[in-house]
Amino acid sequence: MQFIRAIVTIWEREVIRYGRDRARLISTFFQPIMFLVIFGSGLRNPLSAGGLGVDYLKFMYPGIIAMNVMGIAFFSSISTVWDREFGFLKEILVAPVPRSTIVIGKALGATTIASVQALVLLILAPFIKVSIDPLTVFHLFLFMLLLSFAISAMSLVIASIMKTMESFGVLMQLFIFPMFFLSGAFFPLNTAPHWMQLISRINPLTYGVDSMRQILLARQTDPAALAEITLQPIYLNVFSLAIFATIMIFISILAFRKKD
Amino acid sequence: MSIIEVKKLTKNFKDFRAVKGITFSVEEGEIFGFLGPNGAGKSTTINILSTLITASGGSAKINGFDVAMETDEVRKSIGLVFQDPSLDDRLTAWENLIFHARLYGLSKKEYLPRVKAVLELVDLTAKKDSLVKSFSGGMKRRLEIARGLTHYPRVLFLDEPTLGLDPQTRFNIWNYILKLRQENKMTIFMTTHYMQEAEYCDRIAIIDKGKIIVIDSPANLKKQFGKETIEDVFLKLTGRKIREEEASTKEQFRNQLMAHRRR
Repeated sequence: MQFIRAIVTIWEREVIRYGRDRARLISTFFQPIMFLVIFGSGLRNPLSAGGLGVDYLKFMYPGIIAMNVMGIAFFSSISTVWDREFGFLKEILVAPVPRSTIVIGKALGATTIASVQALVLLILAPFIKVSIDPLTVFHLFLFMLLLSFAISAMSLVIASIMKTMESFGVLMQLFIFPMFFLSGAFFPLNTAPHWMQLISRINPLTYGVDSMRQILLARQTDPAALAEITLQPIYLNVFSLAIFATIMIFISILAFRKKD
Repeated sequence: MSIIEVKKLTKNFKDFRAVKGITFSVEEGEIFGFLGPNGAGKSTTINILSTLITASGGSAKINGFDVAMETDEVRKSIGLVFQDPSLDDRLTAWENLIFHARLYGLSKKEYLPRVKAVLELVDLTAKKDSLVKSFSGGMKRRLEIARGLTHYPRVLFLDEPTLGLDPQTRFNIWNYILKLRQENKMTIFMTTHYMQEAEYCDRIAIIDKGKIIVIDSPANLKKQFGKETIEDVFLKLTGRKIREEEASTKEQFRNQLMAHRRR
């Protein structure tokens, strides 16, 4: 079926390109490690007395993985803006394929890249004394797929609005960093001020962090302590992310259909 | 029925009218040229005909299909070689062509022989597994032409096909284009601001400031206006030179800049 074939073709290109970009492969691995080492070691002792209930490194680790998923998914689909600047987008736009295949193919490409790359971070688990088994990895991977699909869809919406790469710095400052910091990756949102909790609820990353923390820490944390730092059950997180992703995919299809 | 039929086509951008009601038709198998200075409305017209942007008024049909309503049919009927590079330079030549063929719905059985044939046509068979990044400007342009042909379009649009290329490469590319027409009876619609290239066309439309001033064969135009070259015809009709040299160096500089930023 041509619909599926078009999606696969666009997906495959994204994956091939990523595989050839060694610098990006390595650099995306550095940021999460940096966060873990600096924040983790720096805040671990001051926070140990604060009644977090779990070791700070363990608390932060799932959040860092979720952030990594988001970062890679975001950057991968924002590459659409590069495609536009370097003309390749035209080649795609004049092809006789529905605009939805372009959006879905691109989003799935970013999803694959982000989920596979984030899996690599699991090799850090023993150092943080988080034990994992295949089932946990599988659950985690499913969730990574969902989170990265939602983020990719969102970033495609942004890419369709942004015409040049110049506004990218602004975007990082105004968008990505707040999403990182208001996601509950660095501190539990339950005890945060009310306004912050409200904002974090419209942040898709919040649902990613919350689920990954529950999945990763379930086997080694006292359930009561884990409940203290948990927002909502995983199924609700899945539901929220799925709705977010659907809306974003829909908007980006509309945006890709629009012509000057 | 003409293969391209354009009636009273207009395009307004926010603050100016790029195309001001042009009407023309192109017959099957013709090489039809749009000749005019930068900013005359050539690329805008191509963008409308290739479904990339929508017209503000008038209508256009390609291969019998309306460009605004029957976009998928139009897209299948046309091949495009853009003014600016539109290859993925992190893919190989081969991968670029396969990507294209699959988006155009060709099965593997269909596209394998075709991709090999078009690569052969533009002399890039030996380079098929090299990344496009490593290609020269002329090679990239040849690959783009090959790609535009892979799905056997009825009409091939060439937007400034030889812009910024050296005379030798320009000559070669024209050889390919003429060979193509002979072999496939394809219609070729091209824009250019190189006067010499206009001579290859069966008919040319001289376009300036969004309007078509005249349409005829290069020979007739020269005869009609009693001039030796198309350049002089253009000068007589518009009262100014097309300023080819200045424009081409500017474009060359821009292309180099783009290529540089890409790295």
